Amino acid sequence: MTTEPLSFELSRPAVDPPRLPDADVPGPAPAGVLPSELLRSRPPGLPRLSEPEIMRHYSRLASLNYSISENFYPLGSCTMKYNPVLNEQAAALPGFAGLHPYQDEESVQGALELMWRLEQALCAVVGVDRVTLQPAAGAHGEWTALRMIAALHHSREEKRTEVLVPDSAHGTNPASAALSGFHVVEVKSGADGRISLADLESKLSPQTAALMLTNPNTLGLFEREILDIAEMVHATGALLYYDGANLNAFMGICRPGDMGFDAVHMNLHKTFTTPHGGGGPGAGPVGVKSDLVPFLPAPTVERTNGHLTLDYKHPQSIGRVRSFYGNFGMLVRAYAYILAMGGDGLSQASQDAVLSANYLRKLVETDLEMPHDGPCMHEFVASAHNLHEDGVRALDVAKALLDRHFYAPTVYFPLVVPEAIMVEPTETESKATLDSFATAIKEIVAQARADPQSLHDEPRNLPVGRLDEVTAARKINAYLQGQSEDPILRWKAPSETLPKDPC
Amino acid sequence: MADRRYTKTHEWVTVDGREATIGITDFAQSQLGDVVFLELPSAGRKLAARETFGVIESVKAASDLYSPVAGRISAVNDKLSSKPELINSDPFGEGWILKLELAGELPPDLLDEEGYKKVTEASAQ
Repeated sequence: MTTEPLSFELSRPAVDPPRLPDADVPGPAPAGVLPSELLRSRPPGLPRLSEPEIMRHYSRLASLNYSISENFYPLGSCTMKYNPVLNEQAAALPGFAGLHPYQDEESVQGALELMWRLEQALCAVVGVDRVTLQPAAGAHGEWTALRMIAALHHSREEKRTEVLVPDSAHGTNPASAALSGFHVVEVKSGADGRISLADLESKLSPQTAALMLTNPNTLGLFEREILDIAEMVHATGALLYYDGANLNAFMGICRPGDMGFDAVHMNLHKTFTTPHGGGGPGAGPVGVKSDLVPFLPAPTVERTNGHLTLDYKHPQSIGRVRSFYGNFGMLVRAYAYILAMGGDGLSQASQDAVLSANYLRKLVETDLEMPHDGPCMHEFVASAHNLHEDGVRALDVAKALLDRHFYAPTVYFPLVVPEAIMVEPTETESKATLDSFATAIKEIVAQARADPQSLHDEPRNLPVGRLDEVTAARKINAYLQGQSEDPILRWKAPSETLPKDPC
Repeated sequence: MADRRYTKTHEWVTVDGREATIGITDFAQSQLGDVVFLELPSAGRKLAARETFGVIESVKAASDLYSPVAGRISAVNDKLSSKPELINSDPFGEGWILKLELAGELPPDLLDEEGYKKVTEASAQ
């Protein structure tokens, strides 16, 4: 397999430059509004290619790519869960796709109604009183919720400076807490992979603003003592925050709100099948219980006698956290998914996700180490530590999977498991796919025993082989510190035939 | 080396008169893997015992560095900025990180060779 040159490198001067259509909206001539030094004197230096050439260029690029349309992603919802075509059809409806955020409320009643209905649906799924749809990603949702939690404590004239985070948490949790001005305190996991209640007890104090928790946690284990945890946290006057990255495990079966969580973020781009991982922007709505409602980002969408309005009158609001109204196209896709599935469909999806994960876990439990007892929820964490003596690491297993036409699972996370390999098959995969993935793992483990060196050379059959990440990281650091002139990653025009100065 | 002392956070310290030399242990470098970057303070800064003074980054992880002792930084190993791999190849020698002018006594909770060995055995499990 070969790589593909850039369209600029394929450009031929013999081809006419591309002709751009006239603007379809009225507006002033650029010369009337821009300073003269910003006006083009020459056409832009776009690549010159015939239509078949450009078509083949992009088709070749597509064939080099790996996508969910072709094969399996072993860390499903985290990397890319299947995105149903129906979502795309809904988002492409002209009434949604052609909207402009500056349109007046009367002309966007349908869009506002969709936002209102999506909020109702998400409230029902996670068990909260209100939801903001503004945050553009999960981490953005975490930060938004922590700002609301800080505002609530502030309104009670309480000075709480610490946020508790388990050692198995997503890295975004401590990052969001630090960015919100909190001091991060780590809570240890017990031997069973779940949060240690004794350690939690010792870390809770009048300084504690919140505990951030993922349930099931990143090891794919349900925090069985969640009701006790909630009671302990609330007894100190702190709040309980739900990191919704793993909501795929139990939607429609149980609800974070009923477990005692006060604020909850959801990843529409994970659980609710909107694209991500390069395929689209994220959406990380945050749901809150009534105490936090006054602090929600403004505006909220309100519905009175069937009439929808944007309500900016929230004097205690933390303010807007995203321009306009969030990533609206993602809201349409998520709502389409929820409607298509229905309540029963959502709980079936979670049950199937848990079944798939446990089936796959069983298939590979003798090939890799399983540091924690099963059954798991929607994902499991294995360890390649058993291949250590052969000099084979989790990274080698992941690279070898690429050569067998699988995407790589997440490796080296969570940090509490050495040589971690994290697998989440999701609800959409067939038994045949799960079996073939397990077979690939078994082959790789056999190869590690028989010929470990060969695994260090994988992948062999992809456009790009094993990257030297150590040298790359060292050279980039040297450049950033001003010790090297070579930025490594700068594209240079290969020949005289290329367009030069773009202006 | 008998006079080398250790911390539970995998730093080592040796003392010569009033000058302390500190670095990270061989166990720490093996756990981190290939070191690619160190963020280090400048000479002259005062450090308390157990204070965070920098960050070490490998391909796998980034970790805080803690000072085993209190003192004023008298020297920083400049070679590490262009050759962070010295931490991997010679953690107790050429891969030293800071020299400190000691302030006060050594903290009583520093571990000897035997004590540190127990720490590494526990974390290896």
